[in-house]
Amino acid sequence: MNMLQTLFPNIDDWGEIGHACIDTLLMLGGSLLLTILIGLPLGVLLYLTGKGQLRPMPKLYAVTSLLVNILRSVPFIILMIVLMPVTYFLVGTKLGIRGAIPPLVIGAAPFFARLVETALREVQQGVIEASQAMGASLWQIVRHVLLPEARGGLFAGVTVTAIALVGYTAMGGAIGSGGLGDLAYRYGYLSYKSDYMLVTVALLIVLVQLLQMIGDRIVTRYKRS
Amino acid sequence: MIRFVDVHKSYRVDGRDIPALQPFSLEIADGEVFGIIGLSGAGKSTLIRLINLLERPSGGSIFINDVEMTALAEPALRAQRRKIGMIFQHFNLLASQTVADNVAFPMRLAGERDPAVLRARVDELLARVGLTAHANKYPSQLSGGQKQRVGIARALANRPSILLCDEATSALDPQTTASVLDLLAEINRELKLTIVLITHEMDVVRRVCDRVAVLDAGVIVERGAVADVFLHPQHATTKRFVNEALPEEAASELAPFAQVPGRILRLSFRGDTTLTPALGRVARETGIDFNILAGRIDRIKDLPYGQLTLAMQGAGVDTALVALREAGIEIEELSR
Repeated sequence: MNMLQTLFPNIDDWGEIGHACIDTLLMLGGSLLLTILIGLPLGVLLYLTGKGQLRPMPKLYAVTSLLVNILRSVPFIILMIVLMPVTYFLVGTKLGIRGAIPPLVIGAAPFFARLVETALREVQQGVIEASQAMGASLWQIVRHVLLPEARGGLFAGVTVTAIALVGYTAMGGAIGSGGLGDLAYRYGYLSYKSDYMLVTVALLIVLVQLLQMIGDRIVTRYKRS
Repeated sequence: MIRFVDVHKSYRVDGRDIPALQPFSLEIADGEVFGIIGLSGAGKSTLIRLINLLERPSGGSIFINDVEMTALAEPALRAQRRKIGMIFQHFNLLASQTVADNVAFPMRLAGERDPAVLRARVDELLARVGLTAHANKYPSQLSGGQKQRVGIARALANRPSILLCDEATSALDPQTTASVLDLLAEINRELKLTIVLITHEMDVVRRVCDRVAVLDAGVIVERGAVADVFLHPQHATTKRFVNEALPEEAASELAPFAQVPGRILRLSFRGDTTLTPALGRVARETGIDFNILAGRIDRIKDLPYGQLTLAMQGAGVDTALVALREAGIEIEELSR
């Protein structure tokens, strides 16, 4: 404890850092789950309605694609502010973990949807044709061919998205969402306590490393071809 | 029976119709092995995909056992497709599934859930294609020939009446090709399955097909029993394919027979005539002399055949030709 005090003289409450860690993990977990739930179907829709795919619908594709691109091109910090009324409407607050989740999901789901679309395009056309020849319905092709065959790419997409979300949660700290970003911003930046900054950044690095390692491990396990 | 009635197909590219198959009608009988041979781009993969409607014709009707496939709505079409197996040049197996799961896949698609039923059928199919030991492997762990055997087992899973083979041996080496073709012939014999195969190799046609259609730039230029087409090709494209299968024959066709004395004749023997000593007997009786320039004896599927290119000399040549024809030997005059 003594050594910690010498190294980080400004940090008097390590419990607060612990709490911030948990908040970040909760925001990450919650938003990642919802991002997958929304982004996966959206990615499948983009894939299926694309040119030359199973259900080409140029207009629907163009509209979905534009929407996805708009959401992806707005910097996350701006998106959070713009979305505040929507956030309030959805969860009844603009602050804390609950207030952070809607913008995180709205920011990350389109990004994940694109990764899903790309992963699905990697599935060999011949395998899809074979399942059509076997009398598979569109739903059966999605459920039993596209998603399982693309799972390596899909898990890689989840990993990349999770890491992007870590960055977003940290930005969320600037507008009162809590978590490690909030600590870094309030103590590290506004109060010039650079040791806070150091600790939070170190923790974020560890988190990203862990996510990447777990992700890589899953991808390797499921990659077969 | 598979029946094409006035079917044609064109693709729309940049607002223009590019014809892929000129209007044609074709019947494929139950239980036969029907080959479609053509160069790449001739339209053969379009043609085979018309049977299970992976490609829709631009006009005309396609019937399978008197069901008009072209008139079916999507769910009914899917039900029909389950009765048509298909194998592919690049196998198209699910890389994420084991061999056993790949074989069970079409049964699961058809709604079979009972694991005992699935396992029993998978075991039976894998035994038929000789892959029992590989049930729990993944496709990436198999050789090309083994992958195609998995493809065949999968195609047979729902007990289809028709098997479509899309260049099924084109990615395989000659030995593996031979063993896969033997397996197809065995399946045709034992399960009374109609097989339609497309290929660019005349040798594949010769080994397994009963009838063949030759496709050239979207037109069926020649069709008939394999022995007829193979021994007496009419169209230039067919001749090219036949000559590829018989390189020595091709060489003899080009050889300078001009200085060889006598009349140059090609004699074709099929079936039993291959096994009778007709040529020797006739030569003795008519006093002619002959010189063999080229020849081969082989099989077309189960039919033994021989083809000899001869130079014949002597006063009795005409009499000899009549006698040979009477003995069931087909004769073509190549010169003079």
